[in-house]
Amino acid sequence: MKYAFYPGCVSRGAAPELFAATISVCAKLGIELEFDPMRSASCTGSGILQEKNLRLGDTLNARTFALAEKTGLPLLNICSTCQGVMSQANQRLTSDPDYLASINEDLAEEGLEYKGTVEPRHLMWIIVEDVGLDKLRSQVTLPLKGFKVAPFYGCYIVRPTSALGFDRHPERKDALERVIEAVGAEVVDFPGKTLCCGFPILTINETNSVKMVANHTLDAKQSGAQAMVTPCPLCHLNLDGYQPKASEVAKESIDLPIIHLPQLLGLALGIDPKAMRMNKHIISTNKMLSEIAIAP
Amino acid sequence: MEVTFKIRRFDPDSDNPDPYFQDYNINLDEGSVVLDGLIKIREQIDGTLALRCSCRSAICGSCAMRINGQAMLACNTKISDISSNGDPVVVEPPGNMQVIKDLVVDFQPFWEKIREIEPWLQPAGPEPGPDNEYVAQNKDMLHLSGVMACVMCGACVSDCTVLEIDENFLGPAALAKAYRFIGDPRDESDESRLNKLVDEGGVWDCTRCMQCVEVCPKEVDPMSRIMAIRDRAMEAGHTDSYGARHAEIFADMVEHSGRVDELRLPLKTKGIFNVPEMLKLLPIGLRAQLNGKRPPIFHKKNPDQENVRRIFERVEKDR
Repeated sequence: MKYAFYPGCVSRGAAPELFAATISVCAKLGIELEFDPMRSASCTGSGILQEKNLRLGDTLNARTFALAEKTGLPLLNICSTCQGVMSQANQRLTSDPDYLASINEDLAEEGLEYKGTVEPRHLMWIIVEDVGLDKLRSQVTLPLKGFKVAPFYGCYIVRPTSALGFDRHPERKDALERVIEAVGAEVVDFPGKTLCCGFPILTINETNSVKMVANHTLDAKQSGAQAMVTPCPLCHLNLDGYQPKASEVAKESIDLPIIHLPQLLGLALGIDPKAMRMNKHIISTNKMLSEIAIAP
Repeated sequence: MEVTFKIRRFDPDSDNPDPYFQDYNINLDEGSVVLDGLIKIREQIDGTLALRCSCRSAICGSCAMRINGQAMLACNTKISDISSNGDPVVVEPPGNMQVIKDLVVDFQPFWEKIREIEPWLQPAGPEPGPDNEYVAQNKDMLHLSGVMACVMCGACVSDCTVLEIDENFLGPAALAKAYRFIGDPRDESDESRLNKLVDEGGVWDCTRCMQCVEVCPKEVDPMSRIMAIRDRAMEAGHTDSYGARHAEIFADMVEHSGRVDELRLPLKTKGIFNVPEMLKLLPIGLRAQLNGKRPPIFHKKNPDQENVRRIFERVEKDR
């Protein structure tokens, strides 16, 4: 299993722990990651560039897909937002040959052409669809028995369903819960799991953004969660980084570790938490880690 | 087919004024929609069940409600599409609106917001006279056909993640309606409309979570309309808000380095000479620094940046 790896901006910026955990976990699961020529791919536009100029966003993503196509490998990403933005762009590019042809004119100067054969997929989907949950289960060395985890998807990996291939892959709808269960942990369901974390409006309306953090983390905590796991590093940044502020607003201590999906997998696969930089979170993971270690 | 409906009941005037779920088992024809079941329950089992409905054809917009946790029209939701293996159909009133009784909510705030965006054509110049009309070219109106399909059912408002925490947000239905006039070539009030819409509670408060896109039964795509208003506002010179600055600076970063510089994006959006905002960012920055989570000071460029920048030039020029 070899993939053209698209790490996205955040795993190389404010969330290096995601990058570290991804590399270790993929090595354990036999997922080979090809870095070239994907390291010269740009940001997806994150939906922000698209609101300024949709065609520009589509051209940048077509360029990324063309680079992946050159490798002949399927594309793997590790961010819900990248996933959603890429899926939406790909839907527009592959459903309209004239549009794709005109976009390709803008790629020609670089000697690139996107033929429309790429299906961008998040690591979470690849675990379920390619690795398989049985294989994942068989690799688990530290079953996270009794560990109560709240899933938090991030908007772009659940909506719009029409762009995300949910009709062909209905298992994508609850892939996160499936993975949590496969590593032996317990899913803590709560209403906010597919809602917005507030990150996109953080610099625009911080009050609202922090309220969203408070609502989701408190809901999950009050439902018994010991941690929240997310396949979206942007959700992580807000739910982890702004949780202290959310605690102030809510006037109660929340203290809910927000872990990346590969970190959860890594714990069950016996990877050292420090190698996954789990000591580098705003909300400390220490208590959670000791709880897992003593779990029966 | 046997179907179990689990319906959220609420009657503030009853002996039991707290909301509760009530189960009803009924027999329905294959191919029935949720509304068929609700009407049958009301007519044959429990006449106290309150709900709104009228046309049964997804035109009047009366029967939006939450079905299995998501807003949809009861009249065009087939039971076989949403419930399998005898799972109950869970029916609740739409969210983000005050419940009056059972599935009936107070639409007053919804209509007030629609009124706030002045949902009527405001052309300028002399009136065309009694025998003429304000004429628009067909091609200029095509992009509005989707938004004009809105039936004001409130499904988008029900599931909007911003309205859940901020009732001042104009919301997807009103903002989509605002675009219907801003995008109309005959309307000449763009300036005053945009002035209001870039204020607090307007277009920049949308989180782009796509709930409205997902739940809209008429494919109005309210979020894209909100994005289109943002674009028009920036084009018209409303570049001063944090939202507009964030979008501009984000694009600038991708153009010049291929990636987002997470350290400088918030600093530049707020403005580094904006002392109160910088002070607000300070504890966040300190915590990130102490926990090894500060984004790199030296932002790395994409190794192939020249090609990314050229795409920006080409596509922006063609615009």
